[in-house]
Amino acid sequence: MRRALATLLVLLALAGAALAVTPSERLADPALEARAREISKGLRCLVCQNESIDDSNADLAHDVRVKLRERLLAGDSDAQAVQFIVDRYGDFVLLQPPMRPATYVLWFGPGAVLLLAAGGMAIAFRRRHATDDAVPPPLSDAERERLDRLMRETEG
Amino acid sequence: MMRRALFLLPVALFLALAGYFALALRPDRDPQALPSALIDKPAPAFTLASLDGGGNLSSDGLKGQVVVVNFFASWCVPCRIEHPLLMRLATQERVPIYGIAYKDKPEDSRRILAQLGDPYRGTGVDRDGGTGFDFGVYGVPETYVIDRSGHIRQRFVGPLTAEVVEKELLPLLKQLNRS
Repeated sequence: MRRALATLLVLLALAGAALAVTPSERLADPALEARAREISKGLRCLVCQNESIDDSNADLAHDVRVKLRERLLAGDSDAQAVQFIVDRYGDFVLLQPPMRPATYVLWFGPGAVLLLAAGGMAIAFRRRHATDDAVPPPLSDAERERLDRLMRETEG
Repeated sequence: MMRRALFLLPVALFLALAGYFALALRPDRDPQALPSALIDKPAPAFTLASLDGGGNLSSDGLKGQVVVVNFFASWCVPCRIEHPLLMRLATQERVPIYGIAYKDKPEDSRRILAQLGDPYRGTGVDRDGGTGFDFGVYGVPETYVIDRSGHIRQRFVGPLTAEVVEKELLPLLKQLNRS
């Protein structure tokens, strides 16, 4: 029983490491393979769309993994290898969208909305505060006279 | 006056957002559709062995005419859906369509074309999908319109439909052939 449990635990621990990358795809050079893995995590599998090619079992993800490794073996830098894929599949292949004028709304939109809301609330609070503390304008002569009269009436 | 404008600001913001959502949710929009990275860029260079054994199908060979390039495979089910449309385009509209057999065994490609009819003026064999990769193909069928200078002008992902052919493909071909 205990042995079965231990086996199960070992298997479960291994399952976590099981990724879509097949042994035949791996590069012999561990450093290059590590770079390929790191880049793969940021590349979208276009068939499944919300998985990285590192996680996906799709055929296309396999192709992209292989091409990526080919580029790295050919001596490309990480950026060059990524650009090679982007040239063919577009910015959408990057899981993290790049920063450029077309994506400014995406990157800064939420912050701008937050600032706008904070600014609006600050103005509203200040205005309410100002009306709370405001000293009312002094009484006019007619009002003072009327007040005096009322006071006299209640006292008398 | 200024104050009133300020009160209208949230309404305007709401309308802008609602308008954007309405646009993004309209029924004929496919959220999975992706624009090609290659629109208006030169088509990738390729030289592929011809399926019928005679000569090559190459990107240079296609230059000088407006062509439709269709990626297909015998194992691809949606390709069968669009196949009758391709046949009609080739025979009735006389559209020059060139096929690229994507990751398909040549004998399987030949068999399917013999069975269903061959709409292609020429067919290249892309056994390992390398040419498909250069085009940014992520599933067959995909259809590209390439102009005389060899630039990709349009990409259709998935099977062509009669509507897409009538409203987009044919008008585009007409326009490109005129210019």
